[in-house]
Amino acid sequence: MPKVIYVSANGAAREVEVPVGMTVMAAALKSGVDGILAECGGVCMCSTCHVYVDEKFFGKLPPAKDTEEAVLDIAAEERQPTSRLSCQIKVTEDLDGLIVRLPEKQR
Amino acid sequence: MPAGTVIVGTGQAGFQTAASLRAEGYLEPITLIGEEPHIPYQRPPLSKGFLMGKQDTESIELRPGAFYHDHQINLIAGRRIAAIECAERRVRLAAGGRLPYDALVLAVGARNRTLSIPGADLDGVLYLRSLEESIVIKERLAEAKEIVVIGGGFIGLELAAAARSLGKAVTVIEALPRLMPRVVAPVISDFFRELHTSRGVNVLCGCAVSEISGADGRVREVRLSDGAVFPADLVLVGIGVLPNVELAQGARLPIANGIVVDDHLRTADERIYAIGDCADHPNPFAGARVRLESVQNAADQAQCAAAAIAGRSECYSALPWFWTDQFEIKLQMAGLSGGYDNAVMRGDPGSQKISVFYFKDDRLIAIDSINRPADHMFGRKIIASRVRVTPEQVADESVDLKALARQSPSPRGS
Repeated sequence: MPKVIYVSANGAAREVEVPVGMTVMAAALKSGVDGILAECGGVCMCSTCHVYVDEKFFGKLPPAKDTEEAVLDIAAEERQPTSRLSCQIKVTEDLDGLIVRLPEKQR
Repeated sequence: MPAGTVIVGTGQAGFQTAASLRAEGYLEPITLIGEEPHIPYQRPPLSKGFLMGKQDTESIELRPGAFYHDHQINLIAGRRIAAIECAERRVRLAAGGRLPYDALVLAVGARNRTLSIPGADLDGVLYLRSLEESIVIKERLAEAKEIVVIGGGFIGLELAAAARSLGKAVTVIEALPRLMPRVVAPVISDFFRELHTSRGVNVLCGCAVSEISGADGRVREVRLSDGAVFPADLVLVGIGVLPNVELAQGARLPIANGIVVDDHLRTADERIYAIGDCADHPNPFAGARVRLESVQNAADQAQCAAAAIAGRSECYSALPWFWTDQFEIKLQMAGLSGGYDNAVMRGDPGSQKISVFYFKDDRLIAIDSINRPADHMFGRKIIASRVRVTPEQVADESVDLKALARQSPSPRGS
């Protein structure tokens, strides 16, 4: 099973095995990773699942759609070049080892 | 030992209060108690992805069961609170027993308004609010062929879209002259009428249902007051909700269009808060008291009440926003459009990408967007920060909303 590594704002890393097809957001909630709130449930209406994707992996992700692009602009912590919504990242074998950094605040 | 906080209601508002209290560093006991037999789950998918089989019971859980244990939240599902004993600062469970509190949060939600016409109690007349009801609708949809949806609001139209997508013959009956009449401008109503019609949904507006008839106790047809008859083996009703005020009423707390709270979401008893679908609250974006039924309102009011209980009291001032998904179209709504005196469009209706900007007394109060997510998100910033924009500016596609959203707000009261 592919692994995703969540790095909290204070630097603590947590490695989680994620079934292919599950989103990075859903896997965080399921495994008790703090720092992802997912208030809207993963429909691109809030920005509370914002993550910074490690540069090595950012290029492997399918590009963000318009709805996600718009939401990233209102994120509580400022958008950076590798910002994504974790509800829109579906885990694949190719993403094994994916590193996402969590912002200090989500709302 | 402190009694801590008791939260009544395990919906989105109740869940979020408990989670936010812990995030605020609150260390006292938290009890989250409600009638529903499940751990807290998301309601929005119940009329959408859950019916379509895209989500299941597990995937709609707000958090897995371990979350409550890990955060020392005492979750008690399937238990009804019979009464609040304010003077003793405790609640009494219907099944017996009492829970003391220092702070009590009523996140008791709402229940469906029901039809009161002949035949309304026939088997096959269904409502949607809870997971159980969604499970039943999903099962019945599998066998049903002809479905009549009563009510052309969000829930009715989402159910209609789901049923039609599953290949059923669907008729929607709305009493008022257009769809979603209380919340969107006519141009948006027209867009969704065209969307549903183009997918084969039979949409009837301005029609009153007079009777549901059946055979062997099961629904067979729906009759309108003009005599028209529609065969139906399933009738789905979405005609609004009533706030659950009885518990508060029993404690002699003031009730109006819900449980009355102040701008800190406190009831007349300063230890008791009411939040979410049940709370009649002063909303700065309405300029009036309102009761809102939405995920945003539930989550933000929960956060506000949790902060107050944790000693960081602030006025509730979050911008309302909403969404509905029907077929592949998402309607995004920011602000409250009630009482608007001017509505202007941005985008070309033929392009399926439009926003409607609502003004009242020359102030932008709300935006509805279809396939224009940037309008919605920058619109939220503009409305929330009270940046002054004109109808001419927002109707002009060459005007950059992102730049407008960055402007400093106009002085208060101007």
